[in-house]
Amino acid sequence: MTSEVSAQFPVGAEGPNPVRVLAPDGALVEGAAPSMETSEIEEAMRLMVLSRAVDERAVGLQRQGRLGAYSPVIGQEASVTGSAMALDPARDWVVPQYRELPAYLHQGLPLERLFLQWTGHVEGGHIPDSVRMLPIQISIAAQIPQAAGLAWGLRLQGLDAVVVVYFGEGASSEGDFHEGMGIAGVTRAPVIFFLQNNQYAISTPRHSQSAAPSLAARGPGYGMPGHVVDGNDLLAVNAVTQAAVARARAGEGPTLIESQTYRMGPHNTSDNPARYEDPELRARWAALDPIDRVERYLVRVAGWDQSRRSELEGWAREEVERAHRVAMELGGNRPEYLFEHVYADPPERLLRERGRRLGGD
Amino acid sequence: MPTMSVIEAIRDALQLEMARDERVVVLGQDVGALGGVFRASQGLFERFGERRVVDMPLSEGMIVSSALGLALSGLVPVAEVQFMGFTRQAFHQLTVQAARYRFRSRGRFTASLTIRSPFGGGARMPDLHADAIEAQHANAPGLKVVMPACPYDAKGMLLSAIRDPDPVLFCEPLRGYRGWREEVPEGDYTVPFGQARTVREGSDITLVAWSAAVHLAERAADRLAEEGVRCTVLDLRTLVPLDVEGLVRAVSATGRCLVVHEAPLTAGFGAEVVATIQEEAFYSLDAPIARVAAPDTPYPPGTLEDTFLPNEERVCRAARSILAA
Repeated sequence: MTSEVSAQFPVGAEGPNPVRVLAPDGALVEGAAPSMETSEIEEAMRLMVLSRAVDERAVGLQRQGRLGAYSPVIGQEASVTGSAMALDPARDWVVPQYRELPAYLHQGLPLERLFLQWTGHVEGGHIPDSVRMLPIQISIAAQIPQAAGLAWGLRLQGLDAVVVVYFGEGASSEGDFHEGMGIAGVTRAPVIFFLQNNQYAISTPRHSQSAAPSLAARGPGYGMPGHVVDGNDLLAVNAVTQAAVARARAGEGPTLIESQTYRMGPHNTSDNPARYEDPELRARWAALDPIDRVERYLVRVAGWDQSRRSELEGWAREEVERAHRVAMELGGNRPEYLFEHVYADPPERLLRERGRRLGGD
Repeated sequence: MPTMSVIEAIRDALQLEMARDERVVVLGQDVGALGGVFRASQGLFERFGERRVVDMPLSEGMIVSSALGLALSGLVPVAEVQFMGFTRQAFHQLTVQAARYRFRSRGRFTASLTIRSPFGGGARMPDLHADAIEAQHANAPGLKVVMPACPYDAKGMLLSAIRDPDPVLFCEPLRGYRGWREEVPEGDYTVPFGQARTVREGSDITLVAWSAAVHLAERAADRLAEEGVRCTVLDLRTLVPLDVEGLVRAVSATGRCLVVHEAPLTAGFGAEVVATIQEEAFYSLDAPIARVAAPDTPYPPGTLEDTFLPNEERVCRAARSILAA
């Protein structure tokens, strides 16, 4: 007789079905109500269309050699915008990875500053004092435990602030992810771990990152709920994030959200998805475009017609040109920038090195 | 004036600064009810409570990255990593993330945090505890590397570290935690960074060291004095910022220099010291500079520690051969 294995958690073949509010045809799914006012949805539409216009222009500029590597948001606009709009930029914080343009704009970061980031200008990382956002993080997952510490610290100071930290499914393989989840659980920090599962980490598919059927299932392992949401559904993402924000504000602690979406563009402008992308998978997601879905909803409930989207796109193109122009007017980096902001009080030896370099010998 | 050991001086600095500045938060493994494995935080938990003295999960990466987040939120964290060898698990968060926030954000965000860690060998610790990896941190622009050698400096420099607007790795001489006592003023005082300390002055040769190796240099200097050799012993105190002027002055005065450190020879901070002297004071030298360091081997088990670490005999031998040159 074999002894029984007890207290084993089930390992399911499939994760839970993602939360969905808006069907692909733009109708509300049965029993669902929108968590956003129509005016807010129109604002979301504005951010998403602007984001896509930036993608288009930035990729073009990169191809002309006028911009460094750029990571397009295309396909993930609803995932980013729906979550960011659950925050109050006057008190809440965004901790970015690097593919969350609409969230930065919603927090109040001027678009021109992003062009500075992508053209390698040092001012790109200079977040204005009024904007509650950390600089873009290039080292995958490093921002996750920092966000947990930030949220914990804000709470220790009695501030009514919630932190949303963005990262991908690839980042969830890094130790920093697990350390951030661990400390947030223990301290009940008001932080939302917003995992954008966009199916590929550069070329590595989702199933190669983890054998866990659901990445959201990792939440309970750290003492917090995990939710799966249709990341191409603006209203579902917003509703789930709003609930997590309310929970965090109430002092009930952190939440993990797995937003299932798809990166329709390359990882960045040096990537070539044709070498690894599954065309059938791509076609399935292409039919679920997040902006089209919201447009169909607005056609149904707010009397939108084709002209509204084209007007918005025209405005977005102008806004992109304006921001790019303002950014370029600042000029390039100057050599002295290299020596600024290394320390509050630079060591004597650094000052001497500065003198030598800038003095020309 | 009371006398204090290194650990008592550190404890005194922590309690003073926690009382003075309510933004200061102490965190680390076992820093709460236990008071830290070396009792550096003894009494703080009872006095300041669990919100300001926090027992952390067993993860050095988590301790340092959360401390960084706390600093970004406006608090002033002082994190303990139980042994220097384990700062490696936090290397990225400390040397890249914390060290560069000011630079990457053009001054919008700063990481005013202090990482305390016992430094150096000679205490018969288990494997991987005692490595002297200060040079690895000194190669990370944005980070300060502070290495007090005595109780007076430990207190004054820890107060400077906590008040510093930039991240500081504060390496504490483990070997002297309890044994080394001296008079330490009560109350507030600071020891500034970037000012080397002349431990003793002599005209024949300059021994340069930091942290526990300063005591080794002093013992060697005592022995050499019996042979009629008068040594200057210079304690660098901080590797970043480095007191280039003080170093050059101390070496130029004798024309002979020996650098003593616990780290393996290759790419140890001694190489930086020697290169600096060569650049700045070459024509004051009467003999080639030498280094006494650990060999380029992994840190051995405690039973081999005495073979591995620099000792008086090796320092004296190296000094004699410089003097004979």
